[in-house]
Amino acid sequence: MKLGNAKLEEKVVFFFLFLSTLMIVVPVVLVIAVIISRGSSVLNWEFLTAMPRSGMRAGGIFPAIVGTFYLVAGTLIFALPIGIFSAIYLSEYSKRNLLTRIIELAIVNLAGVPSVVYGLFGLGLFVVFLKFGASILAGSLTLAVMVLPVIITASREALQSVPKTFREVSYSLGATKWQTIRHAVLPHALPGILTGAILSLSRAAGETAPILFTVAAFYLPRLPKSVFDQAMALPYHLYVLSTQVPNVRLELQYGTALVLVGLIVGANLIAVVIRSYFRAKKQW
Amino acid sequence: MVNTDQKIQIQNLTVTYAGVPALKNANFFVQENEILGIIGPANSGKTTFLRTLNRLNDLDPRYQYSGEVLIDQKDIYRKWNVFELRKKVGMVFALPSPLPISIFENLAYGPRRDGISNRKRLEEIVEQSLKAAFLWDEAKDRLQESAMKLSGGQQQRLCIARTLALEPEVILFDEPCSGLDPISTAKIEDAMRELKKKYTLILVTNNTKQAARVSDRVAFFLMGELVEIDQAQKIFTIPKDKRTEGYISGRYG
Repeated sequence: MKLGNAKLEEKVVFFFLFLSTLMIVVPVVLVIAVIISRGSSVLNWEFLTAMPRSGMRAGGIFPAIVGTFYLVAGTLIFALPIGIFSAIYLSEYSKRNLLTRIIELAIVNLAGVPSVVYGLFGLGLFVVFLKFGASILAGSLTLAVMVLPVIITASREALQSVPKTFREVSYSLGATKWQTIRHAVLPHALPGILTGAILSLSRAAGETAPILFTVAAFYLPRLPKSVFDQAMALPYHLYVLSTQVPNVRLELQYGTALVLVGLIVGANLIAVVIRSYFRAKKQW
Repeated sequence: MVNTDQKIQIQNLTVTYAGVPALKNANFFVQENEILGIIGPANSGKTTFLRTLNRLNDLDPRYQYSGEVLIDQKDIYRKWNVFELRKKVGMVFALPSPLPISIFENLAYGPRRDGISNRKRLEEIVEQSLKAAFLWDEAKDRLQESAMKLSGGQQQRLCIARTLALEPEVILFDEPCSGLDPISTAKIEDAMRELKKKYTLILVTNNTKQAARVSDRVAFFLMGELVEIDQAQKIFTIPKDKRTEGYISGRYG
């Protein structure tokens, strides 16, 4: 009798745990299914490579794709070196003192700042104060500041997961501190750092608020010529299509969303492949 | 009194970690081209002593020392450059610790950091060190393979070879056979007997029989104190101290 109850309990618990887990999958599948079913009809070569026409109600989204690509590249250029260098400093050089703790607190808080606040910050600092204007430069810098804490945290974890033995072996062979970091630690932390970087960049690619005031052009049917140009970007273009332009075919909105999601999923897949490739190679 | 046979001199050496003593007022010397075995139970200061000799203890912010350690009559903390010291005083760790790179690159790691980048020169160094560590025949055809693919015993000989690649004068062994089977252990011990012709060896071991097999002299540490140091034969047959006798006859540890 008692055993029967325990068995039933086991089944009930399993059912609810499994159901909760399933709940995670459902929205993802639904979102992707809806976007694909409604957006795939407009997806063709012209949509991807042509300029928008007749007030964005026809034509393609080429400048938005290019703009997003430039923004991500710019973010990478600014955020990756600074992020990796400060992670190396924090993980390998800094002592446990008040300054370090303040820096750590700053990073945690930076990660929690809403993205629209970054947009406002970018407007104030890069667009107005540094006189970059609304430009790819200002937008990239704003996005870079936003993803920095993520890159730093991921890089630090990657560095700290390199076994202490590697460092000791390196020192015992007469290597200096920088040689040890450069040759015995960094190569083995790089896969983790890259994974974190790609994930944070895919987040940057999808953000609307930080680029709203700093770079995004409402309607600019040409490609940017320099880093001081404004540019269209996919997330902002999607926002514009959905709320600012009357009488846009729904398919165009979903098509734009599909391209954006496709890019981000693609980037994340690359990150997953890198991670699993190096995890299989990793032997410690 | 300057005795040139004495490769390493330890004078009043006391070591603490965060104030807790790990080694208390040790005074002894290590002779050139001998194997000094260091035995003693856990937490007796053996490894602490080894890691003082190549200043690897410096990495631990809680570490403090007093007294003097002289290598070639030069104080390791005041007269030696720490990186030069670590090249001269090689170390083989308790667990085989190859880096997850190729066998070749493991061996070239030290020389490369020392500024040698000539491929031919590196190849020579790799071959010589592997031969000296009795690994050449087993490894010569797979130098580009990952060092992690070697067996535990081979990995440990690789670590010895990696140390030899820097042409050291002293080699520290920190329980080098603790993770190895008897046959691999025998190979390491053979290598050590051969190496002492050119190098000065210090072997920390938990295995008193191993200390008896390979050491010329043996030091017995207990709770951070050097209890006794003497010819291996004497330590194992007529120890002066009751505690030494107790340890080697298996009463503690």
